[in-house]
Amino acid sequence: MSIEKMILAVITTNPKKAPSGIAVFHCDNQEEMYKICSVLEPILDGIAHKITDEIMIIVKH
Amino acid sequence: MSEYVYPVLFGMACGLFDRILMLRTDYRQYPTYLHGKIIHVALGFIASALGAVAVPALMEENITAITFLTVAASQFREVRNMERNTLAQLDSYELVSRGSTYIEGIAVAFESRNYLVIFTAMITTLVYIEFNIVVGLIAALICILISKKLMGGGKLKDIVDIEFVKPHFVNEGLYIDNIYIMNIGLPQRQEEILKYGMGFILKPKNFDARSTIANLGQRQAILHDVSVALGVYRDSGTPALVPLAKRDLEDGRVAVFVLPQNRDIQRALEIIGNTPTLENAIRMPTERNTKEE
Repeated sequence: MSIEKMILAVITTNPKKAPSGIAVFHCDNQEEMYKICSVLEPILDGIAHKITDEIMIIVKH
Repeated sequence: MSEYVYPVLFGMACGLFDRILMLRTDYRQYPTYLHGKIIHVALGFIASALGAVAVPALMEENITAITFLTVAASQFREVRNMERNTLAQLDSYELVSRGSTYIEGIAVAFESRNYLVIFTAMITTLVYIEFNIVVGLIAALICILISKKLMGGGKLKDIVDIEFVKPHFVNEGLYIDNIYIMNIGLPQRQEEILKYGMGFILKPKNFDARSTIANLGQRQAILHDVSVALGVYRDSGTPALVPLAKRDLEDGRVAVFVLPQNRDIQRALEIIGNTPTLENAIRMPTERNTKEE
């Protein structure tokens, strides 16, 4: 079974704005954010979406 | 030997020939190789035998023999189920799936082809018995032409104008013309998409076409056909590189975003134009009789 249409992970440089209740990855800067996203994308088989400059999410469609 | 042997054999041969003519392996790669073909040729043989035998049965006033055709009908409904199940099973392992609408269309085509074979066998046998083999041949030819015509179906280029448009990004949103496709977060993926992606705008020629290309199954069929013919730049585990088709709500245009391995614009335009309009997707809102209201 796979979880679809759900936020699988949140990657953020601003932990204050990240939602709670899901896996959140705190990053120091945007570069680190992109790096974590590119690793998580194939692992979770999801797409990295950018919500704002500070928050990215991984969703499987 | 009965006087009906030659007409029946002739009818069966014509029916089988008709089935073989309709059994082409083309870019859709279905039916694939020998085994898939043998199944359909064998079923075509059964269909033509049933059609051919029905005529002498009726001539001998063996009217109940016609009920035999109902056995054929249920048999060929089974063909449709078989095709649907096989294709649906395989679909989950396709990089770009066919979609249920396309599968259903293929399954229906396989069933109806067998009925065309029965029809051909019946007519040719009847004509042979009534006249002679030469007239029988002419009848067979006419039947085959009718089968070809009935099996042809419409093409997408008849109902839409297709235009190539380069995809572009506005912030993280991927756009083709002014139609939003999806949000791609990683700059690395965005570069790949700009490098390998191709966009096409399908502009409906009339109101009926607008509803037809809005159908999700029809759009999936376009993506599948393009991906099969031109290859696809994606693998499992790269969900961001997925071909998509989205619609402009304002005027019903559809933007097709694909990632082909062979980026030949002219060929891609031809392939999209030659995608069949799926009979399950065709809508004709303008055919509505205004008198009914």
